[in-house]
Amino acid sequence: MGWFTKLINSSLGRKLLMSLTGLFLITFLVIHLIGNTAIFKGDDGLAFNAYAKFMSTNPLIHTVSYLLYAGIILHVIIAITLYFRNKSSRPVGYDKLNARANSSWESRNMTLLGLLILAFLFIHLKDFWWQYKYHGGYEFQIDADGNRDIYALVIEQFKTPFALVSYLIGLIALFFHLKHGFWSAFQTLGLDHKKYTPLIKALGLLYAILVPLGFASMPVYVYFFK
Amino acid sequence: MEKERNYTLKIWRQPNAQSKGEFKTYEVKNISTGTSFLEMLDILNEELTLKGEDPVYFDHDCREGICGMCSLFINGRPHGPDEEVTVCQMHMRMFEDGSTITIEPWRARAFPVIKDLVVDRSAFDRIIQAGGFISVNTGVTTDANAILISKENADLAMDAAACIGCGACVAACKNASAMLFVSAKVSQLALLPQGQSERKRRALAMVEQMDKEGFGACTNTGACSAECPKGIDLSNIARLNREYFTASVS
Amino acid sequence: MSLDAKIPEGPLAEKWTRHKFNMKLVNPANKRKYDIIVVGTGLAGAAAAASFAELGYNVKNFCYQDSPRRAHSIAAQGGINAAKNYKNDGDSVFRLFYDTIKGGDYRSREANVYRLAEVSNNIIDQCVAQGVPFAREYGGLLDNRSFGGAQVSRTFYARGQTGQQLLLGAYSALSRQIAAGKVKLYPRTEMLDVVLIDGKARGIITRDLITGKIESHSAHAVVLATGGYGNVFFLSTNAMGSNGSAVWRAYKKGAFFANPSFTQIHPTCIPVHGDQQSKLTLMSESLRNDGRVWVPKTVETAEKLRKGELKPVDVPEEDRDYYLERIYPSFGNLVPRDVASRNAKNVCDEGRGVGETGLAVYLDFRDAIERDGRDVIEAKYGNLFQMYEKITAENPYETPMMIYPAIHYTMGGLWVDYNLQTTIPGLFAAGECNFSDHGANRLGASALMQGLADGYFIIPYTISNYLAGVPFEKVPADRPEFKEAEERVKERIGKLLSLKGKHTVDEFHKRLGKIMWDKCGMSRNEKGLTEAKKEIQELREQFWKEVKVLGANEELNQTLEKALRVADFMELGELMVDDALHRRESCGGHFREESQTEEGEAKRDDENFAYVAAWEYQGDDKPAKLHKEELIFENVKLTQRSYK
Repeated sequence: MGWFTKLINSSLGRKLLMSLTGLFLITFLVIHLIGNTAIFKGDDGLAFNAYAKFMSTNPLIHTVSYLLYAGIILHVIIAITLYFRNKSSRPVGYDKLNARANSSWESRNMTLLGLLILAFLFIHLKDFWWQYKYHGGYEFQIDADGNRDIYALVIEQFKTPFALVSYLIGLIALFFHLKHGFWSAFQTLGLDHKKYTPLIKALGLLYAILVPLGFASMPVYVYFFK
Repeated sequence: MEKERNYTLKIWRQPNAQSKGEFKTYEVKNISTGTSFLEMLDILNEELTLKGEDPVYFDHDCREGICGMCSLFINGRPHGPDEEVTVCQMHMRMFEDGSTITIEPWRARAFPVIKDLVVDRSAFDRIIQAGGFISVNTGVTTDANAILISKENADLAMDAAACIGCGACVAACKNASAMLFVSAKVSQLALLPQGQSERKRRALAMVEQMDKEGFGACTNTGACSAECPKGIDLSNIARLNREYFTASVS
Repeated sequence: MSLDAKIPEGPLAEKWTRHKFNMKLVNPANKRKYDIIVVGTGLAGAAAAASFAELGYNVKNFCYQDSPRRAHSIAAQGGINAAKNYKNDGDSVFRLFYDTIKGGDYRSREANVYRLAEVSNNIIDQCVAQGVPFAREYGGLLDNRSFGGAQVSRTFYARGQTGQQLLLGAYSALSRQIAAGKVKLYPRTEMLDVVLIDGKARGIITRDLITGKIESHSAHAVVLATGGYGNVFFLSTNAMGSNGSAVWRAYKKGAFFANPSFTQIHPTCIPVHGDQQSKLTLMSESLRNDGRVWVPKTVETAEKLRKGELKPVDVPEEDRDYYLERIYPSFGNLVPRDVASRNAKNVCDEGRGVGETGLAVYLDFRDAIERDGRDVIEAKYGNLFQMYEKITAENPYETPMMIYPAIHYTMGGLWVDYNLQTTIPGLFAAGECNFSDHGANRLGASALMQGLADGYFIIPYTISNYLAGVPFEKVPADRPEFKEAEERVKERIGKLLSLKGKHTVDEFHKRLGKIMWDKCGMSRNEKGLTEAKKEIQELREQFWKEVKVLGANEELNQTLEKALRVADFMELGELMVDDALHRRESCGGHFREESQTEEGEAKRDDENFAYVAAWEYQGDDKPAKLHKEELIFENVKLTQRSYK
């Protein structure tokens, strides 16, 4: 196993883990988004509630969810170790720095963006996951199909300006994070090709726009049209 | 026709590695626009010397953009504002009359300051010593044309081999990462048939040495490539990643 | 002392093979008992250091730069010659030999040059195996181009950075040996003297450029690979740090200095723009393939151009003098470097030079662009045009380039025998710092060839032959000879630091450069040279009274480094003048105005000057003693060069 410890302790190995967990989270986001579109169905949340039940009871999903938690935690922890390692690589900074001339803002601020997303994640989990799975104090109703009515909770939460603003901030952060992170994950894996890399970059940009936009449509829809 | 201009220079002065260092401000006058940046510093140094003040120390040698010795961080960018040139190739017409020019040394834990603007880049040499070579002794008898190399690969190898080892990539990177430098050498040798037998060992050893020297990790900002005086491409970094991971898991 | 070049017996083509067999070897187990010092990490130095270490010797390698990869070999652009005959165009070892001897104007040794041509092929094989990315054809084979007026395509190249790629190849071989512990590297360290014990070179004195520490290093043999001394002229295409101190110190310890006045002036450099210029930039010679060189026909037009009242594109055809095409109809703009340089100087001396200083001629691509189209010219020279524009802020597609000759290379150097050994036993010289292979003029793409030939394929053999006769015992570096040399170095440094004069080192260097350029440059005459000698002596005297060097020895002190180098240039310059003065013939880069044909071309005097002038140091206040190594030509017929 010497090779493995060596790999994950190297700067490249750490980046590899960042990339793999990142791609895993990117995949998750799509699934999460597709499932959540049930909110727009106009059936007073019956489909949404059924989806929520399925997600929390299906044994396969259950296993995958632990992988997801692990993925998030790993992504965060490695990011933090890399952040400090990278900071220590330049103990004395520049007096005058014109970083704009050579790199994009988001690429230089992935840690900040990540922290914003993490903060948003806490709010998001506290609002729904905690309530639904661990009975955080909210009294769930039972809907017509006999499922706990998380839809009602979503509507209630998204009606508050705080939720709207915090979700929008979180999703803007996600947009920037993905804008750099999507292509970057491929680059780190070494998946670079003169023909396909432009495609990956375009796809990454499309993804970074569409996914956060999709998520943002939910609180916006609830807040303004519900 | 050339014009003459005046500048205020804000220069990092540090007597030796142990001392703290600070910025000092100097005025230079009547600098013709055709003067190179380093010649402008020569003029300042002549004046300082005649006044009995210690001249400003900076590394330089070939003054034609190929030796990689000059290494100044000018107005927030390595090698200054011009694209794909080293400091020595840049001329004062790039700088507006009356402006203030800030000059700092490369900043990285792996490049400690020796004096003023002179830094120690021997970490790069140690990375090459770790594996940036093909192990052949003098006295090869295989004819040079015995192994065919596609023009495409030879050109890609040459693109990577154009690296001058100046360290602008490290200076530009917010993490002081040396990935572009390391990847350029790994790429050059990985692209050539002669480099195949040591391919895995090379990638592993060079990355290990890079980490040991205290360079940061790559976050794909692309600053290195954007500031590289030889335009070394980011695809080399992807190739290094590929080389390293395949070497690690196989 | 008489000069013995130790040229092996036998027919030309067999000399080196026979010699290799006849040389003594050191048994592999004994090699580790020998230490070798190599000064310099350029092509010759790095190649030699790596090869010695591969053989098993212990090597100490020194360079003044922060890394061996920065040696000035890196700046060579064009390419490297080899007699591979891959193009099937009639090349051969003998033809490369013949071209080199002829190009050197018959002032080099046949045996050495033949050996150079012979090993040229091994160099290409070696470099390809090291991963040097030479240019390739679509079929995967190595590409060649013709260069410097050669009639065959024998030049291998790696874009416009051949020197860089070859150096990085040698540097990688060196790095491998450093990692293996066989080479100990001393970067930012300058050699300040060579130490002799019982008449043999046994070590050097160095200064650590960061701490100022003066140290002694002992070894069984010392190899100098320290490059040329073109910086005597202050302005040259050499790197700022390139210097002649190592060879000059060796000279003062008894090594003969051969043909010091043989310097090469490259015709296509970007002209000097003002008094503050520190260095000259070379534009590749290949530009002369398509560019046409001209100046205006009259001084009046030239004056208008200089003042900016007239633009060069507006000068009508009938007012232009394409002087190279006019004087040399058969070679035109492609005449050899020395001829092109001298003619540029002539037209500028007549007052027809252009540019703000009047010291420039046009290199015009107008006709080539009209003929081939801008795309073709861009494909060929795009990067050069871009570099020119960066430096001068003028667009060569629209207005003619301006060029002027500049000091580029020194053919002279330490006298060495066939084994590359100087007149001091145990002291070897490789690469540009020896005088051996280029005679009075070096051909394009031959400097890289010679540096690597010496380093990889010649000196590893000949040094073994020497070491086989040297006892294993190491000489302790605290012997009185070392201490004494250290003291002298310290005294010299102390003296410089104590002067506290009122002129900077650069001021002196520029003045020396001006004397040399004006009177010992592109064309030389008795009167000028006699004046130059006196002026240099006066300048030197003033230098040692009035130079201002600040700071202390015990720190990074770039002014002190420069002062030590310039102090040596002040002496070396005088020897160059002596040599130029005594050689009353014109040959190669050395043009004596007294020796020219009726048409103003160089006239060689084979009767009286077919020899190598090797100068022996006699003391600071005594003139150097001239020794002559007669050159015997058995395989080529001496002819007067003509390019008409």
